[in-house]
Amino acid sequence: MKPDDIEKLNNIAKKLRKEILLMTAEAGGGHYMSSLSTVEILVSLYFSEIRINVTNPEDPNRDRFVLSKGHAAPALYAIMAETGYFPVDELKTLRRCGSRLQGHPVMHRLPGLDTSSGSLGQGISTAVGIALAGKMDKRKYRVFVLLGDGECQEGIVWEAAMSAAHFKLDNLIAIIDKNNLQISGPTEKVMSLGDLKAKWEAFGWSVFNVNGHDIPDLLATFKKIKTVKNKPIAIIADTIKGCGVPFIENNLKYHTVPLNEEELKKALDCVM
Amino acid sequence: MYNFSKCSHTRDAYGNALVALGEKEPRLVVLDSDLSGSTKTDKFAKKFPERFIDIGIAEQNLIDIAAGLSLSGKIPFVSTFAIFGCGRAWEQIRNTLALDNLTVNLVMTHAGLSLGGDGATHQSLEDIAIMRVIPNMQVIVPADSVETEEVIRYAAENKGPKYIRLSRQSTLDVFRRGEYQFDPSQYPVIEEGSDVTIFTNGCMIRESLKACYALKKEGISIKVINLHTIKPISKKIVIDEAKKSGGIVTVEEHNVIGGLGSAVAEILSQYRPVPMRIIGVNDRFGGSGKVEELYRELDLTPEHIIKAVHEVMKLR
Repeated sequence: MKPDDIEKLNNIAKKLRKEILLMTAEAGGGHYMSSLSTVEILVSLYFSEIRINVTNPEDPNRDRFVLSKGHAAPALYAIMAETGYFPVDELKTLRRCGSRLQGHPVMHRLPGLDTSSGSLGQGISTAVGIALAGKMDKRKYRVFVLLGDGECQEGIVWEAAMSAAHFKLDNLIAIIDKNNLQISGPTEKVMSLGDLKAKWEAFGWSVFNVNGHDIPDLLATFKKIKTVKNKPIAIIADTIKGCGVPFIENNLKYHTVPLNEEELKKALDCVM
Repeated sequence: MYNFSKCSHTRDAYGNALVALGEKEPRLVVLDSDLSGSTKTDKFAKKFPERFIDIGIAEQNLIDIAAGLSLSGKIPFVSTFAIFGCGRAWEQIRNTLALDNLTVNLVMTHAGLSLGGDGATHQSLEDIAIMRVIPNMQVIVPADSVETEEVIRYAAENKGPKYIRLSRQSTLDVFRRGEYQFDPSQYPVIEEGSDVTIFTNGCMIRESLKACYALKKEGISIKVINLHTIKPISKKIVIDEAKKSGGIVTVEEHNVIGGLGSAVAEILSQYRPVPMRIIGVNDRFGGSGKVEELYRELDLTPEHIIKAVHEVMKLR
């Protein structure tokens, strides 16, 4: 990709950050810190890697995206609006009664979502099923699934990991948004995840590390994984919770507490 | 009179039905959790190995993988023991299957007390309650092998998540092959009568009929109805029967909290209050023993049913 294109993607990332801050402030809630850590991952995926057709979201040959860390819904909605699934204006309805943009994604309410999610760990298991169906039907689609690092404390993640390797699902790509924080503290303090790379490798996955906020690095990694055969792929993305807004970065005070007017203004200044 | 020596295993009927349907329906896939020899999905596995998926001992993953297959156009049948399939994976069933009304057929076996010797950890006396409370979920308890085959065909042809409860025990052969068609909104009358109506299903049909025949000798006429589809329940049939007989007894191999009796009481208490008794396991765990022994220990015998009928008649 040319430097111009990279700049374009970085600008989209900025826009996404703005939308995430605005919609969660408007809603008076929502996990904006966890959303901000996923921005470059989503931009790289949706604007370069994933094969989807916005006008035909049911296309059986489309690539799938499963937001296993469903609490990053604001980021997903922002990228979906940016991709053209619905008007950017609708982002304002986040978390409102009757809105298609539920606090955690609900598939049947919003065309373009491939699954509902929010209950941690279930997304990756569902993604295994979708990938398995792709293999059974000899379809070429790939299934991308985004997990949190705290989410890896759920037992079902490892049940799913074991089965994906067993079924040799090289059409399944799990991206772990490793921001090192969960709701009550650092992951290492709450429940140590140890060596995540070694864990995923031990479960039979081909594992790659990437800087989750570096778009060229992400794009290069997406290119590299294409050579993997007969194994599912895990990409461990080092990220910063709240990335892009220095005063909230890694500051757990802001995990879900909405920004007040002054903080929002300050935050928007940071990301523009 | 039904012939009490004519019994068969609904699990076998399930396995055979899967094979028959698998021939015609290429989208049908079967998932199991290391228990295919017991659930009888092994029949399908043998015939269609490319469409049989053993997930190993991991029920949560079992359910969500089935969800993923359903999202990709497959018609999954999922089997394991009821306690683990419904219990361990309840939240996967709620949040991934039911929330989006996905077509996944949960055919859980060895329900109720039927795993006698294995004891409390393997018996399932709460499954109907916890499945029934989930929006979109359909809950069906087939009476016998013929009805099981029909229910499995219905499940393969109709959308949405379904819980189908099978026993390890053999059940009394009630219906004749070729003569019975399953309709979730119609409850077959197993025995005609007018004094009290018994709503029951599954293995408890046999116990209810025994009570019915004993009461006949006392001059009491009991109607026995196979209430196979607990959800969506036919409000109309329940109310009509209450109007006709004026007394209801429900009989189930399940905790009295949240099961068939509760479902019937929810209707009667609001729309047609009549004297009623709920026969089931009185908020207890099971234990090891022969199934007949456990029925005695946990108040599920014809004698208990007869006593309930007498009480209802007195209150009328």
